[in-house]
Amino acid sequence: MLRDITIGQYYPADSVIHRLDPRTKLMAAMLYILSLFIFRGWAGFAAVTLALVLVIALSKVPFAYMVRGLKPIAVILVITILFNLFLTPGVPLVEFWKLSISWQGLKNAGFMTVRLIYLILGSSVLTLTTTPNQLTDGMEQSLKPLNRLHIPVHEISMMMSIALRFIPILIEETDKIMKAQLARGADFESGNLIKKAKSMVPLLVPLFISAFRRANDLAMAMEARCYHGGEGRTKMKPLRYKKADGAAYLLSAAYLAGVIALRIIL
Amino acid sequence: MNFIEARKLVHEYIRRDEEGNVESILTALNEVDLDVKQGEFVAVLGHNGSGKSTLAKHLNVLLTASGGTLWVDGKDTKDADNLWAIRQNAGMVFQNPDNQIIASVVEEDVAFGPENIGVPTSEIWKRVERSLKSVGMIKYREHSPNKLSGGQKQRVAIAGVMAMEPKCIVLDEPTAMLDPNGRREVLEAVEQLNKEKGITVILITHYMEEVVHADRVYVMDHGNVVMQGSPRTIFSQVDTLKSYRLDVPQITLLAYELKKAGLDIPDGILTRQELVEALCRLY
Repeated sequence: MLRDITIGQYYPADSVIHRLDPRTKLMAAMLYILSLFIFRGWAGFAAVTLALVLVIALSKVPFAYMVRGLKPIAVILVITILFNLFLTPGVPLVEFWKLSISWQGLKNAGFMTVRLIYLILGSSVLTLTTTPNQLTDGMEQSLKPLNRLHIPVHEISMMMSIALRFIPILIEETDKIMKAQLARGADFESGNLIKKAKSMVPLLVPLFISAFRRANDLAMAMEARCYHGGEGRTKMKPLRYKKADGAAYLLSAAYLAGVIALRIIL
Repeated sequence: MNFIEARKLVHEYIRRDEEGNVESILTALNEVDLDVKQGEFVAVLGHNGSGKSTLAKHLNVLLTASGGTLWVDGKDTKDADNLWAIRQNAGMVFQNPDNQIIASVVEEDVAFGPENIGVPTSEIWKRVERSLKSVGMIKYREHSPNKLSGGQKQRVAIAGVMAMEPKCIVLDEPTAMLDPNGRREVLEAVEQLNKEKGITVILITHYMEEVVHADRVYVMDHGNVVMQGSPRTIFSQVDTLKSYRLDVPQITLLAYELKKAGLDIPDGILTRQELVEALCRLY
C-alpha cells in the first residue's frame, strides 16, 4: 500500500522538454505559475490554455498520465468550487433553500478551478520531465547567489538528493516493520482517528531509530569517501545551457509579457 | 616502510555521565601491532566485539588513536593535515550496502568520491567507466541502486572506492549482509583487484571461508591480536581458534576430525582439492 506513493515521478521520454536544462524548466514553471495569477478574461484564459497544451504536447507525456496527478487535490478542488459558487455576492442566478448562485460566483468558481488545475498540471510537466537529480542540481545552481547570504545551498541540495535516494528504502522498511507488528497482533486499521494515530507509535519509533542509524552509517561512508562540503567539489554532470535553453527563456518571457499585455489592454 | 604500520595502537571508548565524569572505559584496541605491505591481501578475523571494526575505522582515520601510532602510506594518522590524503589512499567499504550508496544512479554514486577530491569532469567519466568495469558492473551504470541485489550494490560500493584510485581498500565485513551468491561475487571482485591491479586489501570478516586466499591472517580477540600467520598455519590450530569463538572452514574441520580419528592427514587443509589429494594418498 505504501509502495504506491511516488515522489518525483519522472516519466522517461525523449522530447525537447526533457532535454532542456533543469534551470530553464524551473524558471519557465515559475513564470507560468505567475501568469496563472495574472491572466484575466477569456483572452487570457485562451493564452494560458494554449501555452499548457503546447508544452504538454511537446513533452510527449501522455495526457491521461498527467491527469492522474490531479487526484490528490480533488478534495481541495471541490471545496474551492463550492465556496466560490455560494459565497460570492452578486445578483442571484439560481436560488434554492438558503443558497444562491450568482453569475459572478459561477465565473469565479470556474476560473479558480482552472487556475488550480493548470497550476498542478504546469508544475507536473516540470517534475515529469526532469529526474529528481537534475531537479536538485538545477535548484542548487539557481539558488547559488543565496550562498552570499550564508544560506548553505549545496548542503540543502545534498540533503534533498539523499532524501530522494532514501525514500524507497524507508518505505520498504516501514512495510517490513508494519508486517512484523501485524504478525504480533498490532492493529493499524480499526478504531477512530485518535486510536489510529496512537497505533502508529509502534511503527514510528522503530522507523526513526533505524533512520538515525542509517544516517549515522551514511555520514561515515560519505566522510570515508572524502566528502567535505561543497568547497572544491567538481561535478560528473555539470549543467550546461544549450541553444534550446536560450530559446525557451525567450519564449517564456514573451509569453509572460503577452499575458500581462492582454490583462492591461482588455 | 610498510604501507600500513601500527605500533602499540590503543583505542578506548570512554563513556561519560552527564557531568562529564568517566563512567567506564572500554578498550577496543589494546596495543595492536599491524604490518601490511603494499599489494598484500591481509585478512583480520575476530568475533563480535573483538575490535576488528574499530581497527578498520582507524585505517581510514574515521577514528583516531587514544595511544600508540599508526602510519598509512608513510603518513601519521595523528596529523590532521594528512586526513584527506589518507582517506583517498585507503578507501573503505562498509557492511550495509544500502547505507553507503549516496546517489540514486549507479554511475553518479561511483563519481561521488572523485567529485569530492576535485577531479576534473572528463577524468571523472574515465574513472567511473574504468572502476565499474573492474568490478563487472558497467552494464548497470544507469540503473538505480535500489533495484540491484546486495552483492551488486556492494560491488558498486567497491567501484566507488576504486574511482578515487586508492592504493589500499579496507573492507569492513562487506559480506555480512549478503547471501552466498552475493558473497562470492564480492570476494571474486576483491581478489581480482588485488591480483590484477596490485591493490592492497584488508578484509575484515568473521567468515573463515573468505580468508583462505589471503596472504596473511590476523586473529583478534578482546582488542588484542592473538594469532597471525598464513591461513594454513592459522587453520591448523583448530582448538586455539575455537577458544576465540571462531570456526574453521568446514573442509579444514573435516580434515581435523579425520586426523583426530586416526587418519594420517597433514595439518591445515584449506580446500576440498587438498583434502581429496590427501585422502587419495592414504590408499
